Amino acid sequence: MSDIRKRKGVLGELLQNKAAYLLALPAAVYTVIFGYLTMPYLLIAFQKFNYKTGLFNSPWIGFDNFRFFFASPRAWEITFNTLKLNTLFIVFGTIAALLLAILFNELKSRLFSRIAQSTILFPHFLSWVIVSYVLYSLLSTEYGMVNRVLQTIGMEPINWYSSPGYWTSILVGTHIWKDIGISLVIYLAAIAGIDESYYEAGRIDGATRMQLIRFITLPLLLPTVIILSLLALGKIMYGGFDMIYAIVKDNGLLYPTTEVIDTYVFRSLRNIGNPAQAMAIGLYQAVVGFILVYTSNKVVRKINPDHALF
Amino acid sequence: MKKFTLFGTLNTMFIALFSLLCTIPMLLVLMVSFTDEKSIQLNGYQLFPEKLSLGAYKLLLLGSTPLYQSYMISILITVVGTLLAVLITGAAGYTLSSRHVKYRNHLAMFFFVTMVFNTGIVPWYLISTGLGLRNTIWALIVPSMIFNPFNLFLVRNYMKQIPDTLTEAARIDGANDFYIALRIFFPLSLPVLATITLFYGIGYWNNWFNAIMLVDNKDLFPLQFLLFKLNSEISMIQSMQRTMSEVATTLPAESVKMATAILTIGPIVFFYPFLQKYFIKGLLIGSVKE
Repeated sequence: MSDIRKRKGVLGELLQNKAAYLLALPAAVYTVIFGYLTMPYLLIAFQKFNYKTGLFNSPWIGFDNFRFFFASPRAWEITFNTLKLNTLFIVFGTIAALLLAILFNELKSRLFSRIAQSTILFPHFLSWVIVSYVLYSLLSTEYGMVNRVLQTIGMEPINWYSSPGYWTSILVGTHIWKDIGISLVIYLAAIAGIDESYYEAGRIDGATRMQLIRFITLPLLLPTVIILSLLALGKIMYGGFDMIYAIVKDNGLLYPTTEVIDTYVFRSLRNIGNPAQAMAIGLYQAVVGFILVYTSNKVVRKINPDHALF
Repeated sequence: MKKFTLFGTLNTMFIALFSLLCTIPMLLVLMVSFTDEKSIQLNGYQLFPEKLSLGAYKLLLLGSTPLYQSYMISILITVVGTLLAVLITGAAGYTLSSRHVKYRNHLAMFFFVTMVFNTGIVPWYLISTGLGLRNTIWALIVPSMIFNPFNLFLVRNYMKQIPDTLTEAARIDGANDFYIALRIFFPLSLPVLATITLFYGIGYWNNWFNAIMLVDNKDLFPLQFLLFKLNSEISMIQSMQRTMSEVATTLPAESVKMATAILTIGPIVFFYPFLQKYFIKGLLIGSVKE
């Protein structure tokens, strides 16, 4: 039996199990088109790309697209904004979710815990467009609830949508509001997985509630925290298009603090209509992102090999 | 045995307050959608408005507004897209989990590579336009929506637990792979298929990226994209009003916006209990295991 298998080769295997391979065909075709065939297009970053001449006949211009991008002061601004926002999302999102998970774990009533979790998780299922409306109902200059409250307590209303200074905090707050539920659920599951005997031993030794949290819960949650943070770090140069474009749209007044690489690439592609320029920025984004993930993973590996992703 | 400590009480109160704070912004949108326009202009958006009104919903539901068309588009792409996506992913999951398929691990690698190397939106856009998807309904169904390798690996890991003896017995009885996948593996994998149905379904319902990239034709706008446009293009609401001159004397622009948002959330609220259950299941399979 095994001899026959060895001899039949690739074609023989494909023919013998053709039905099984056919079942994977649609997914494979999709992956070829939207995965592998996208890769040659990276080259247009080095071209003066023209829709008419396409990938094969557009003239090559070396690093001109990159030079053009890095010559503008916007390059550093959007890189800084991307790293700044994503870092704040990761740091504050993790801290808030961890704190909340620990508090949830101390709840006695299962029912209350479940209802509260459902409430906090709900915004996760809303699109960023909906969230932009929710935010607008709070911050609208004319009608927003926040400004009305400010006026009732005798303060000047603030023109939120033309004051870039506030937007780093607003975006971080909104991001936490939308996604804290998901991290909460994951951390609670991780806490539930901790062996109860650790806590019993701790209690017998006379540990207080705080000590149990400090010396048992937190250290045992660390691997989950690190894995989730590393995964988030992998997207640190990306992300935010859905969020930021839905909320900020084309409001140029807010660009200084909110414009990120993804929205900038979108604008170069769709508003300015220069795919080659956009691709150059996208390539820069991918390369820097990869270096960041690779380095941070290496650092984690040095400290504790068990916690590294790869 | 339950002890009521000071900490316990404070903790419960804090969490109750936090949950409430998470809800208030959404309640505000809901209340504004029911607020009389004059009341809004006078007092702004309020949780407890002076005068309630159904004007916005009347305008949206009774007028000949783009809302119906967009609702139909959103439902169409969500149903057709999710169905196709689950079939494609489930079928490939069967192949990757079948032990008699010699190259299953090579295939898994082939799918995995595209998860790691993301080339971004520019090639995505050029290929989608190149395929002639612009301004077709397929632009909203196929690119980045119809297949996700992450979901494939969820399905494969689940199907791997199905014992080989079942497949072998079926083969001896003369069943082919199509039959085994559809009649044995799919029914046994219902929980994971439900999970990916939700992942795909929510993805389709909430997607507006495909529309902003590939669709200019108003008749093809999905609900989320209509909503996105509504906030900036007041003319869209004005065109609604022109068809409804007898109902509205002043244009209830503010409450119409919020009412559209509420109608867009509607289905999510409706499916939420189901959604939450399988979503959490899938999330925990994906993040805690492996």
